[in-house]
Amino acid sequence: MQLVLEKRAERSRTVALISPLIAIGLTIVTMTILFAVMGKNPILALYVYFIAPLADGYSLQEIAVKATPLVMIAIGLSLCYLANAWNIGAEGQFLMGAVAGSWIAVKTQGTEAGHWVLPAMLLLGAIAGALYALIPAICKVRFGASEILTSLMLVYVADLLLDYLVRGPWRDPQGFNFPTTAEFDPVATVPTLIEAGRLHLGSILALIVVAAGAVLLGKTIKGFEIRVVGAAPRAARFGGFNANQLILLTFAISGALSGLAGIIEVAGPVGHLQPGISPGYGFTAIIVAFLGRLNPVGILIAGLFLALTFIGGEQAQIAMKIPLDVTKVFQGVLLFYVLACDSLILYRFRIISSAPQVARGTH
Amino acid sequence: MRDTTSAGQHTSATPLLQTVALTKRYGTFLANDKIDLDIRPQQIHALLGENGAGKSTLVKTIYGLVQPSEGELRWEGRSIVLSGPSQARARGIGMVFQHFSLFDNLTVAENVALGLDGKESFKEISARLERVSHSYGLPLDPKREVWQLSVGERQRIEIVRALMQDPKFLILDEPTAVLTPQEADQLFVVLERLKSEGRAILYISHKLEEVKRLCDTATILRNGKKVATCNPKAETAASLARMMVGTEIKEVKPAATREITVPRLAIIDLDLEPDDPHGVHLKGIALEIRGGEILGIAGVAGNGQDELFAALSGERLAKDPGTVVIEGIAAGHLSISRRRKLGAAFIPEERLGHGTAPRMRLSENALLTGHVAGNMVLHGFVNTAATLNAVDRTTETFDVRKAKRDPEAASLSGGNLQKFIVGREILRNPAVLVVNQPTWGVDAGAAAVIRQALLDLAAGGAAVLVTSQDLDELIEISDRIAVMFHGRLSEPLPTAEASREKLGLLMGGSSLEATEQAHAAGT
Repeated sequence: MQLVLEKRAERSRTVALISPLIAIGLTIVTMTILFAVMGKNPILALYVYFIAPLADGYSLQEIAVKATPLVMIAIGLSLCYLANAWNIGAEGQFLMGAVAGSWIAVKTQGTEAGHWVLPAMLLLGAIAGALYALIPAICKVRFGASEILTSLMLVYVADLLLDYLVRGPWRDPQGFNFPTTAEFDPVATVPTLIEAGRLHLGSILALIVVAAGAVLLGKTIKGFEIRVVGAAPRAARFGGFNANQLILLTFAISGALSGLAGIIEVAGPVGHLQPGISPGYGFTAIIVAFLGRLNPVGILIAGLFLALTFIGGEQAQIAMKIPLDVTKVFQGVLLFYVLACDSLILYRFRIISSAPQVARGTH
Repeated sequence: MRDTTSAGQHTSATPLLQTVALTKRYGTFLANDKIDLDIRPQQIHALLGENGAGKSTLVKTIYGLVQPSEGELRWEGRSIVLSGPSQARARGIGMVFQHFSLFDNLTVAENVALGLDGKESFKEISARLERVSHSYGLPLDPKREVWQLSVGERQRIEIVRALMQDPKFLILDEPTAVLTPQEADQLFVVLERLKSEGRAILYISHKLEEVKRLCDTATILRNGKKVATCNPKAETAASLARMMVGTEIKEVKPAATREITVPRLAIIDLDLEPDDPHGVHLKGIALEIRGGEILGIAGVAGNGQDELFAALSGERLAKDPGTVVIEGIAAGHLSISRRRKLGAAFIPEERLGHGTAPRMRLSENALLTGHVAGNMVLHGFVNTAATLNAVDRTTETFDVRKAKRDPEAASLSGGNLQKFIVGREILRNPAVLVVNQPTWGVDAGAAAVIRQALLDLAAGGAAVLVTSQDLDELIEISDRIAVMFHGRLSEPLPTAEASREKLGLLMGGSSLEATEQAHAAGT
């Protein structure tokens, strides 16, 4: 008996759809074992992680709030990844967007500035994210520097810049020396959708981004160019598509969406600029992008699922004293299985009984 | 089925190697279906068949690279199992592959040493290499690095490497595909010599004239089955082709009347340094092709054909715009899309990954080159109906066989995908078509369709530039033929004056004047 991977003639569409589900299933099995090893009741842990958050309205809103930045960033990342451009630095672009947008909020603080403030903040956040993402993209196109390394390293630069600003020039004078800006004015705040609720306008924007992503990839020539450049670079060149231009474009879009997500997070759920505004959204979005099969609708579903793990992780921490790091382990294991299951799209398993050839060890 | 005991078979009692009902299954696909083959000493045995007929699978099984699903191999009458090529070599089976496995940056001797199983010292190997290559008239300098050698010389390394194992049985996979006619003649002398030494040779080829000349026996495969074993000298090329294909092949006919019009593609003193260090430097290339004309470029692979294609298509830009002129407009600096808008179309050698994106649908691959003109893109949006329509039209006009309306490019067979690519470009009605290796690895039926399409396109007034390593193909469809050697292009000869001998000399790098002088002096 022999288990072999056999190449399929065509990509299997069915498997492309169910492979993320297989990955989730395998992740849950792995986590069950992990919970058991930790001495926690696995059934209860899984309930707290996946079922409990869906059972009450507050948690549901919170899931949407957490999914908003994940989905927005992941849509941008999916464009990069489809074009074979590896933007790993969405977290940094997220922070830069938050910082740039906050600049307007800080400068207009306590003035008579009108309703232009929030749109200006969103716009500036997006522009800053795009410019920040263009640094690794230009280094890649111009000098051949690995965008994986440069984009990742720029995350720490952004992180430290934010830290400096809220501890130094932008610190709230009345903030008891906490490293934070003052609470933003109402005109500099993203409005909520429900009175006294958490759900905010950003979630609507995320849905618009999903729709725009779907149209771009599925219906336009630019989306086609992005897909060809990634899938068959030489054919793309033969088609007349400029790979370098597309690297710059996808990094710029991705950076803009990350920056937008960053300023929305600060001007929405957080309400002021401070360190730790992101629990690693920019990195988790990488998982979201792949779990969603680099497909906009898939990313929406995957974003909601990953948001669920954040909320479930918090609740498990409170209810069962399971460390928050377990959530990160969970997300890592999930990404691993997603990528592993992808091989099933192009290959299938076959069990081959050793042929009735002349004996060579089938005892 | 033909009589398998017909003339041409020597009467050695037991065959050296025998396959008995050899079957190889990949999933539900039968690559080899109960194949019986007898290889006898002192014989050159041809293995004929179209691409996908099962030739490669069969020889890989004989060489131990593939394990048979059923059936057996017999060596000198005894049943054997080969679990790998080293076991095959140990028994005296050698193989020369079509694609060389040589390290460019190592010397000849180092490459040979790497491929040998024994425990000889490097010094002994070098000495033996020189002896063997000398005695067979295959001169090689053991100290030269492979990248400096011509394709013919590289093949010599592979042959000498195989001979150094002193094989009783040698398999050669399309050895003449990369040789000039003269180099092929030299190879045949070596093969005759090996035969006279009592060795057996299995010779895979689809060049039928060659097989008729050289081989004593021919086994013909079709769709994984053996259809005949015959004496090729007693057959005609046409009857061999019929057995290979199974049906009569349509003959390619040039149009009765054709008008040679204005120059549509001109290359003026094109000089281009290569991108990569082992690439070919194009030097002083000049050419003019008129409407209604097909110009062929012959040459051994790797003499600058790919570089020329890239320079013409715009995948590589020239510094001087005036070096490439399309429809009277200087285009050397224009992108491939701009050149397409001028009326040019291009068909590269590599079907998968260059001519098409393998994992994308045909409609998307229609868009790949069709987006520049026509109705496929409107305000940045793709008109899916128009791309599907292009697929349908190509399918119908060029008889593209596929499992469904819009499959992925990689799921088509080589011949059908090539028909799709050729059709895709021709249906755009180009004024200039540049095509590299139009029928490489394509079955005979598809090849005939493609050649006819090129002739028809020229008859319709387009200028066609065909680069091919298949001299017969060029002679069949071209009006004039030029030869590429070391990045230079010879003066084109009218096809009527371009004998295989003349072309072969040019492919080997001699200039015509020089050889004519030599002839004159000799007589």
